[in-house]
Amino acid sequence: MATTVPKVRSETLRTLPDDNVRQILWHFADRYDLQMLVQSAREVARGPVARLVSEGSRGTHEWTSKKAKLLEAFDQSGITAVFMDPEHGGYLVGPKNLALALIAFELAWVDAGAATCSLAGCLALAPIHERGTPEQRAHYMALAAPPAPGEDRHTYRGAFCLTEPIPYVGVDTGMLSGKVRITEWVDGQEPLLHVEKRGRFITNMGFANFVTAAVDSGDDRIKGSCMVIIEESDPGVFDRGTPTRKLVHQLSSTCDPIFNVHVPASRIVGGYTIKDGAIIPNYSHSEVIEAVFKRTRVTVALMTSAKLLSAVEPIIRYQRGRFRGSEQAKPGMLRYELGLQQRQDALHRLANLWAIGEAGAALGFAAARLYDEIDPLEREKDAILAAKGIRGGKAQLRFFRDVDQSALELLRLEATAEEKRNRDVYDTLKNDRLVEFALKDAVANVLCPAAKLWNTGTGANSMREALSLMGGYGITEDCPGFLAYKWMDSQLEATYEGPEAVQRRNLSVTMTNELFLAQFRQWIAEMRRVAEHRPGTGACTLATAMQLWLWTYRHLRVTTDAYGGALYQSARQGVTFPLADALGWLLATRQQTLDLIELEAKGPENPVLAEGLASTLGFFTDLCHIQAARAAGEVGRICAELVFGYNRHPAWDDEGYKGCYQSDELDSLEGLIPGIASCATDVVGPDGSHPAKAGPCASCQGLEGFQRLRSKLDGCLTGAQLAKDRLAEALSKVMIPEALDYPR
Amino acid sequence: MTNPYHVVVCASVVPDPLQTLEPITGPSGPALKNEMMLPAILDPWASHALYEGANLVKHIAGSKLWLVSMAPKAKLQQVMMTVAQKVPLQLVAVDGPSSGFADAHQTAHALAAAIRAIAGIDLSRLLLFGGWESASRSAGVTLQLIGEELGIVDQFQGVDAITPQEDGSFEVLERVEGARHQVSLCAGPPAVLGWATGNLGEPRNDPQVGMANMRTIMPALQRATVASISADGMRYSNVATPKQQRQTRIVKELPAEDIAREIVQWITQE
Ligand SMILES: Cc1cc2nc3c(=O)[nH]c(=O)nc-3n(C[C@H](O)[C@H](O)[C@H](O)COP(=O)(O)OP(=O)(O)OC[C@H]3O[C@@H](n4cnc5c(N)ncnc54)[C@H](O)[C@@H]3O)c2cc1C
Repeated sequence: MATTVPKVRSETLRTLPDDNVRQILWHFADRYDLQMLVQSAREVARGPVARLVSEGSRGTHEWTSKKAKLLEAFDQSGITAVFMDPEHGGYLVGPKNLALALIAFELAWVDAGAATCSLAGCLALAPIHERGTPEQRAHYMALAAPPAPGEDRHTYRGAFCLTEPIPYVGVDTGMLSGKVRITEWVDGQEPLLHVEKRGRFITNMGFANFVTAAVDSGDDRIKGSCMVIIEESDPGVFDRGTPTRKLVHQLSSTCDPIFNVHVPASRIVGGYTIKDGAIIPNYSHSEVIEAVFKRTRVTVALMTSAKLLSAVEPIIRYQRGRFRGSEQAKPGMLRYELGLQQRQDALHRLANLWAIGEAGAALGFAAARLYDEIDPLEREKDAILAAKGIRGGKAQLRFFRDVDQSALELLRLEATAEEKRNRDVYDTLKNDRLVEFALKDAVANVLCPAAKLWNTGTGANSMREALSLMGGYGITEDCPGFLAYKWMDSQLEATYEGPEAVQRRNLSVTMTNELFLAQFRQWIAEMRRVAEHRPGTGACTLATAMQLWLWTYRHLRVTTDAYGGALYQSARQGVTFPLADALGWLLATRQQTLDLIELEAKGPENPVLAEGLASTLGFFTDLCHIQAARAAGEVGRICAELVFGYNRHPAWDDEGYKGCYQSDELDSLEGLIPGIASCATDVVGPDGSHPAKAGPCASCQGLEGFQRLRSKLDGCLTGAQLAKDRLAEALSKVMIPEALDYPR
Repeated sequence: MTNPYHVVVCASVVPDPLQTLEPITGPSGPALKNEMMLPAILDPWASHALYEGANLVKHIAGSKLWLVSMAPKAKLQQVMMTVAQKVPLQLVAVDGPSSGFADAHQTAHALAAAIRAIAGIDLSRLLLFGGWESASRSAGVTLQLIGEELGIVDQFQGVDAITPQEDGSFEVLERVEGARHQVSLCAGPPAVLGWATGNLGEPRNDPQVGMANMRTIMPALQRATVASISADGMRYSNVATPKQQRQTRIVKELPAEDIAREIVQWITQE
C-alpha cells in the first residue's frame, strides 16, 4: 500500500502545526468568532492558569482566593459567556458545542483542572438549558452571564450535583438517596418542596450560588425522580461540605455538600404537571442527565487529547537539549545537535503519542461539530413531534421506528448508482429533517461515548509514556509542560461524567443501532476510496480493520459460547466492552484520516500554509498510517480473543481424537497425497500417544471468513513501520520555538 | 476638550519572539527560515502605540483610531484574531511583505499612500503612532519616513506618554539616556509619535470587542490594496541574529558571598 511513498520524504515537517493548520483540521477556518475565542482562552490558559500551576497552587485542596481569580479571568476573557445565547448575555449565536470544546482544549493544554472549573459551570446550567422551562432558562442563564459594563451584580455560579456518598449514586445513577417531598400545598398555589440531598465529589461546590441536584420522590404526591434547582439563599441548610482530598484537577473546587432546604415547586427543572392530586415532573432526572451528558462528555474527552498534543514540544526540546553543555557534546556533534533524538525508540514513541493525540482530537472535535448540527435539528424534531401530539418516550420510539426505516432506505439509495435510484423517493428522504436527525443522532450517540472512552483511557496510558520520554524530569513538578500533573489528571477525565464502564455500557447499546451500523458499512467503502487516492494514509488498513470488527460483531450476535450461553448480551461485559474499546480505535483513526483530507483540500486556499503544505501533509499522512496500523493491531487482537476465546479448546479425549489423523492412516495417505504428513499437525499414534501440547489444535470451522480477514489485516500493516521511520526523521528535524510559551 | 485627534497607528506583523529566528538567503535576498510558517504577532513596540492610541481616543470625544498594517493578507488576518480583541479599531490593510528585510523607504511610501486614502481622515488632526523601532529589524526609520512623506515635521521618538492640554496642545515624554525623559510641549497635531513602551498594560482579550471589530476588519482585509515592494537596488552585506553569550564555569562549593561579589564585579566592569 505504501509502495508509492518514498523512504525519506524530500521535505519533512518544517514547524509544529500552527493555528492555520488546526483551524482547517478541525473545521473552523471560516469561524472568526471561534478563532478569537481560541486566542482568548489561550491567553488565560498560558497566563493566569499556568502561573497558578507553577506557583504551586495545585498543592491545596481548598478553594483559595488565588484560585478564585480564575473565575474573574474566565468572565473577562469571554469564556463564561460562551455558554449563553445573546438574549441571555452571551455573544455567540447558534450552537456552542464546538466553541466549548475549543475552550476545554485550550485550557487543558495547560491545566485540565482549570478547564473543569470553567466547564462545571456550564454543566450546572446544562439541565436548565436543555430541559428547563423558558422562565428558568431566562432567569438562570442571565444571572450566570458576567455583568455587562455598568451593571452592578456578581456572576451567578452553579454546580451540578448527581453523585452521592457511598452506597448511593456513582456509575449507577438510578441509586438515588436524595429526596424531594411536599411540605405545603395550598389549593391553587405553588406547592412548597422539601429537598434533602447529599453530594459527593461535586465540582464548583466551594463557591456555587446555585446547584442543580438530582432527587427521587419521597412523597406519594410526587411521581418519579427529577432535578431541582437549589439556591444558597434558600431557607434551610446549604452546607458546602468538606473539600475533597483529591490529587488531580486541583484548580477546580470539589466538595461533599449537604442540602436540606425548602424550595418552590417551580424549581423542578423543566416544570411539572398536576394530575390526580400529584406532581408529575415533566422530566425524570435520568432524562435530564441523558440530554446533558451527551454533550458535555465530548469536552472532557478533548481535555486529554489536548494534553497529549501539548506534550510534543516539551519532549522534543528535552530530547534535543539533553547533553548540551557537557564536555562530551560539542556544537556540531550529533550528541549535541540531536541529543536523545539520536535514539530511534525515543522518536518512535513520540510519534505514537502524537498520533494518539491527533486521533483523539479529531474524534472529539468531530463529535462537537456533529452536536452543533444536531442541536437545531433536535429542536425541529421536538416541534414536529409536538405538532403531531406525540409525547413520552414510548410514543416517540414507536414513531421513530418508521423514520428509521426511511433513513435506512435513504442509505440504500445512496449506495445505489444515481441513474438507478428512484429520484423522487430519494429527494423526499434527503430533504426530510426527521430522517436527517435520525441518521446524525445515531452517529452522535456512538461518537460521544467513544470519544469520552477512547480519548481519556488511551490518552491516559499514552500520557504515561510521554512522561517516560522525559526520564526522571517527567515525574517532577519542574517538568516543562506540567506533564506529570497532566498524566494524573487524565485519570479524572476518564472517571467523572461517567467512568469508562459507563461509556462502554452506552456504546455497547448505541453501536448496535442498525442506523449506525449501516453508516459504518458506508464508512468502510469510504476508507477504501480514500486509500485509492492516498495510499500512504493507512486508510485501507483501517477499512479492513473495520470489516473485521463488523464481522466479529455480527458473529458474536448469533453464536454462543462453549456452554450454549449467548455472547452479545448486556450481562456479558466481557464481550460487549472490549468490542466497544475496539470501536474507539477505529472511529478515532477514521476521523483523523478525514481531517487530513480536509487539510489537503482546504490547505492550498491559505497562502500562509502554501509554503510548507506538502511537508505538513506528508507528515500527517504518516501519522495517520501508524495510527491505522496501531488501531488494526488492537482491533485484530480484541476480535480474535472474542471470536476464539469462548470456544472450548479440544482435549486429548475421544472427542478431540476425532479431528486427528492416526499415524498409520497418514502413512497410507502419504502414498496417495505425497507431503500430507508434513502438513498434518495433530497425529495420534496407535498407542494413543500424541504431540506434547494442550490438545488438538482448535478447529476453525465457520470461522474461515474471520481468518481470511485477520490474515489480510496483518498484510495490510505493510509499510506502516516505514511511515514510522519517516516520522522519526521528521521529528528529529522539525523546527521548534526557543522556549515553551507558558507560564507567561 | 474639543480638539479631537485622528490617530493612525502603523504596525507591522513580526514572528512570535519565542520562535527560532534563523537568517537564510532566499530567492530575493535575506529571509528568515520558514518565516511564513512561524506564528506571528503584532509588532510589540507598535502594539504599545495601539493601546496608547486607543486610550487617547477613548478619552477625547470625537477622536478616531485606525490601525494601518502592511503584511501578507492571510498572516494579518490570523494576527487580527488576537489584536481585534484588544481595543476598538478600524483596520486599513495593505497586502505586502512584513519581513524585516523589506525596503523601509518603499514600505513607508506604501503606508503613507494608504493613510492618505483613508476615507474621512483629516490629516491636520493626524497623530501618527507606531513603534520607535521594530521587533523584526530595529532600524526604526519607517515611521519617520512616513512622517516625512506626509509632511509632518513634529516627530518624537521613544515616547512613553502623551498628555493632551486644554488648548489643543499636548505634552510628550521621550526617553533619553540615563533612564530620564525629555519633556516637550507640542502645539498640536499633526505629529509623529514613535512609542517606546508607554504606560499601559496589554488589554485582555475580549471576544465581544473582537466580534464588533470583525464586522469592519473582514471587509478591510478583502479590500486590502496590494503593495509591490521590490528588492531591486537593495543589498545586504551581512545578516546575523544577535549572538547569545554564555560563559559558564562550574565551581564546586563556592560560598554565596563569593558568587555575589563576582557578579557585582562583572556588572561594574564597564
Ligand atoms: C474530582 C471529581 C469531580 C467530580 N465532579 C462531579 C460533579 O460535579 N457532579 C457529580 O454529580 N459528580 C461528580 N463527580 C463524581 C463522578 O462522576 C463519579 O465519581 C463517577 O461517576 C463514578 O462514580 P463512583 O466514584 O461512585 O464509582 P463507582 O460507581 O463505585 O464505580 C467504580 C468502578 O466500578 C466499576 N463499575 C461500576 N458499575 C459498573 C457497571 N455497571 N458495569 C461495569 N463496571 C462497573 C467500574 O470499573 C467503575 O469505574 C466527580 C468526581 C471526582 C473525582
